[in-house]
Amino acid sequence: MFSNIDWNVIIRSLPYLFFDGMRFTIMLTLMATAGGIVIGTLLAMARLSNIPGLSHVAGAYVNLIRSMPLVLVIFWFYFLVPYIGQWITGASRPIQVGAFLSALVTFTLFEAAYFCEIMRAGIQSIPRGQVQAAQALGMSYWTSMREIILPQAFRNMLPVLLTQTIILFQDTSLVYVISVTDFLGAASKIAQRDGRLVEMYLFAAIVYFVISLAASYAVRRLQQRIAIIR
Amino acid sequence: MNYNWNWGIFFQLSPDGTYTYLQLLLFGAGWTLATALLAWVIALSVGAVVGVIRTSPIPWLVRLGNAYVELFRNIPLLVQMFLWYFVLPELMPEAIGDWLKQSANASFYNAVICLGLYTSARVAEQVKAGILSLRSGQRMAGLAMGLTLPQTYRYVLLPMAFRIILPPLSSEFLNIIKNSSVALTIGLIELTAAARSMAEFSFQVFEAFTGATVIYIIINIIVVNGMRWLERRVSVPGFISMGQPAAAH
Repeated sequence: MFSNIDWNVIIRSLPYLFFDGMRFTIMLTLMATAGGIVIGTLLAMARLSNIPGLSHVAGAYVNLIRSMPLVLVIFWFYFLVPYIGQWITGASRPIQVGAFLSALVTFTLFEAAYFCEIMRAGIQSIPRGQVQAAQALGMSYWTSMREIILPQAFRNMLPVLLTQTIILFQDTSLVYVISVTDFLGAASKIAQRDGRLVEMYLFAAIVYFVISLAASYAVRRLQQRIAIIR
Repeated sequence: MNYNWNWGIFFQLSPDGTYTYLQLLLFGAGWTLATALLAWVIALSVGAVVGVIRTSPIPWLVRLGNAYVELFRNIPLLVQMFLWYFVLPELMPEAIGDWLKQSANASFYNAVICLGLYTSARVAEQVKAGILSLRSGQRMAGLAMGLTLPQTYRYVLLPMAFRIILPPLSSEFLNIIKNSSVALTIGLIELTAAARSMAEFSFQVFEAFTGATVIYIIINIIVVNGMRWLERRVSVPGFISMGQPAAAH
């Protein structure tokens, strides 16, 4: 059954797979994580705020995004981002947006909803007494958030945030549906060009597996270390 | 925005000449639900078995269960879809491979199996967590009363464990509905794919995606309320406090 397998096709395409494909995947993962955590934290603060309406708007956004499949969200933003760009720049026509930017906006805003729920749990895990103590010391809302609440919330939620990042790393493969050349997209292009579906998809699966497994072991070790310190 | 909105598009005939666009979206929703429900049956049964053997006292079974979960959790769903659909038939003996490739609805069966096994690893994780959350005295009491280990699981541990993990299980069920959209890459015309083809044929991109989004939200609301009803229905009085967080110990 492995008689007509040609493993050379993998060796030949390694530079393309990793320098074009994997670089896109890693860049997208890291930037969307960074953006998603920032926006997600702001959303979490909005969801927990007392300002009328604000928590409802943030909650509605998070629930809307979380009830949609990622593939549909990718399609939404793929068509929506040119119009958003037009609105921001005031151009007369929907502007051309590159594949990377479109994917980045999509994943940042999509993951923000999930990071929001994680950060909300993190903020709520801090005892109320600390908030009150900060207020009693005369700290403003932003100061107490920055100096007291958020550092602890991040620390408590670090393993969950990193696990979500590993999920994001796997989810970025879905940019395939808008024909972007991420790692899987690169593998798929070579697979179809050379008629080597078996080799390329097996290789892609192994690479994703090794990276995700190594990362989740690292997260588990980190979790143990944090647990000991506390 | 210079986009021409036309909400009436849903009631216009699609290019196939028999059905309106709205009907096409509803057919898509039907495939989404059929895929998700069948896959859920696989996920729940395989997941329960794998979750149980991961808590069993037999070391090699535990390792086997752990390996199963790691395998299915660390490969992206889309890659797994491709492996089942493109790679597996090639690795089979030729006759079986051809039969797999040519059978009608091949993408549907592939999607069901792939999604079912993918989710089973997540269900197994929840089942294991549920069993481990029970006090170890329950297992000992069951064994001390003369039940065999399988009987202890069947009558003592699993009935409680499943009630405990009902909330995470219901979010896994929501996930399986959403994840079924990945099957569009292997040619299954489920809800997202139906919206995509409606967008391509009618050029009313945003109406098409709004329609799909609304249907997903409706499905979501129905599932969430159904699960809430089920949680109330099966709750054991005094064991799990429903609707409020458990008191801190």
